[in-house]
Amino acid sequence: MIEFHLDGRSGLSPYLQLVQQVRHALRLGLLREGDRLPTVKDVVAQLAINPNTVLKAYRELEHHGLVAARPGVGTFVTRTLTDATLAAHGPLRQDLRRWLARARRAGLDDESIEALFMTTFRTIAEEEIA
Amino acid sequence: MTAVLRARRLTKKYRGRWALTGCTLDIPAGHVTGLVGPNGAGKSTLLNLAAGTLAPTTGTIEVCGGVPGSGPAQLAKVGFVAQDTPTYPTLTVADHLRLGARLNPNWDDALAHRRIERLGLDPGQRAGKLSGGQRAQLALTLGIAKRPELLILDEPVAALDPLARREFLQDLMEAVAEHGLSVVMSSHLVADLERVCDHLVVLVAGQVRLAGEVEELLAAHHRLSGPRRDVDTLPAGQEVISAGHTERQSTLVIRTEAPILDPAWTVSAVGLEDLVLAYMSRPAEAGSGPRPALEVLR
Repeated sequence: MIEFHLDGRSGLSPYLQLVQQVRHALRLGLLREGDRLPTVKDVVAQLAINPNTVLKAYRELEHHGLVAARPGVGTFVTRTLTDATLAAHGPLRQDLRRWLARARRAGLDDESIEALFMTTFRTIAEEEIA
Repeated sequence: MTAVLRARRLTKKYRGRWALTGCTLDIPAGHVTGLVGPNGAGKSTLLNLAAGTLAPTTGTIEVCGGVPGSGPAQLAKVGFVAQDTPTYPTLTVADHLRLGARLNPNWDDALAHRRIERLGLDPGQRAGKLSGGQRAQLALTLGIAKRPELLILDEPVAALDPLARREFLQDLMEAVAEHGLSVVMSSHLVADLERVCDHLVVLVAGQVRLAGEVEELLAAHHRLSGPRRDVDTLPAGQEVISAGHTERQSTLVIRTEAPILDPAWTVSAVGLEDLVLAYMSRPAEAGSGPRPALEVLR
């Protein structure tokens, strides 16, 4: 079972924060197939948030095939996100390290590197949506 | 859309002073609606009209399909916790519950006692001796145990410390999740409203300036910053809510459903607090009159 939290300054809407926390837990193996998510009532009582926010987050997770609601029983994890991707992390991290070293040699400071990464990341994300 | 509250050109005048000046509003059922606005905007007047403790000067208001305060059946449908969560200071906690049971046909006595026990309130304690947080929780208990369709709360957390406030909102949200009741609450604490509300109404100078689902409102508003320019040169469909200019730069909050294509602007999201402030400080003539287009009609 995971416990949610909300970050008022994250800029993400509360429902997206819940979705992201479940995805994170799935990726890190903190949640596994068959695990039950906290009930809507538990989440709202803990965080003092609107029940529709929790429902919306759970619906979105369900839509992506990560959880399934069993009426009267609860919402259960149906799939993990750890599988093959975790193995790919190592080599990718190494590539990234090499790239970061090259960026430094080219004279970029931390802020410029972050800005370059984020703008490129966003451009690609937008291209994929379009 | 089933409306839990429907007001049409609602006005209220107190001895020569207008508190509401033509308020048209639909609040859908099944939502937690936040009512915000500056002091004197007419929030309490609107809530009292909805509860039936005041009568309109002109216009109509319908709550849960009936005229507020029109009879026992209507009173049973609507719970009202007035400003400062009033209780009877000389009556004990247990007296309040007995009173609730006698006065409310749908009273859930088990729920009331369970809540009092969980809150750690002594049934023999007089309400006048309770702390502000405990008194608010007692008032909320009465409001929830009444099992209304709509619970109206006027500034319920204003006088509470942060911990008591959080506990109050936790319990309120739990009741919403459990019983599916609709809630309309006024508050100045937008950060709280951001957590608990999925519907928002901004009331300024006796009129509705903005009403809609929080997510949709946030998605439709943007902050633009860029080289200084005249707001009259913006494309049609970009409504300026607030504008600030320095010698070289303009910063705007605009409302638009369409994407912003002008590359000169840096576009960022507007938080709920800034959105509310933008509408609250907007000159009256710009947003005069209720605008049905701003309401979510389903």
